[in-house]
Amino acid sequence: MVKRMLQAFVLGAAVLLQSAAWAGDAAPASDNPALEARMMAISSELRCLVCQNQTIADSHAELAVDLRKQVREMLLAGKSEQEITDYMTARYGDFVLYRPPFKAQTALLWVGPAAMVVIGLGALFVVLRRRSRMDANAFEPEEPDANA
Amino acid sequence: MKYLKFLLPMGIFLVLVLFLGAGLHLDPKEVPSPLIGKPAPAFALARLDDPRQTIRRDDLLGQVWMLNVWASWCVACREEHPLLVEFAKSKMLPIYGLNYKDKAASGQKWLADFGNPYTASISDFDGRVGIDYGVYGVPETFIIDRQGVVRFKQIGPITPEVIRTKIEPLVRKLNG
Repeated sequence: MVKRMLQAFVLGAAVLLQSAAWAGDAAPASDNPALEARMMAISSELRCLVCQNQTIADSHAELAVDLRKQVREMLLAGKSEQEITDYMTARYGDFVLYRPPFKAQTALLWVGPAAMVVIGLGALFVVLRRRSRMDANAFEPEEPDANA
Repeated sequence: MKYLKFLLPMGIFLVLVLFLGAGLHLDPKEVPSPLIGKPAPAFALARLDDPRQTIRRDDLLGQVWMLNVWASWCVACREEHPLLVEFAKSKMLPIYGLNYKDKAASGQKWLADFGNPYTASISDFDGRVGIDYGVYGVPETFIIDRQGVVRFKQIGPITPEVIRTKIEPLVRKLNG
């Protein structure tokens, strides 16, 4: 029994380890770790347009590889993070940014969820207060059970 | 006041249905291009059929033209291609092909096999010009006006409907 469990455990651990190895980011193409780290940091803020729920840092799509290369080259050329972000949005729009800027077009996106919560809580508050002020007679009396 | 109790949830529900219904018909792959209304990015690329000749964006100023991004490895391009060949026969506007991240030999063979609707194709081997044009889903099609401003972009294959309802009216307007 114990042996069985141990076997299962080892197998499970092996599977987990393997998937962890698969989940790693694409191999870096430059031997400068500091530059690679900055490149990955910027890339993980950018959406890959081919596979839209992945970042450029995660994705293995060819376009993502090209864009990582582009980010790397721009960093090497001494461009700032802001310049790189501007470069990407000029080509692919605010959609490439996982955190789009707050402006008239994206106001609903940023404010919407909070506004919904405020409206919901407000409505709940109004209803509850109105009820608490109501006379007990305003409520329908409890009906006796049909089969009682 | 009594009806409000029913109408309010009903109204909220209908609004929700409207939003969800509209959401079903939106394609998340169709990202609005920030390039519309902006000058088409400059390029200078070699012709696919004759690498010694270079075509620049500025060579194409003064006419309304179409840029179609294609590749021999692109399945959707194959789907779109017969339509493009047919449309080219109307000679409505010159069609330039951007052969995106392809090998020259494969690109040339593709045109020989399936027909060549292009006034000329240019080679974007490393995809740099593609990035400048915000290309992410080949095929993509741009309409560029006489001043070199991008007026229209289609992501994915063009369809007879797109030609009829979008491209033809736009080109007529730009040429008019």
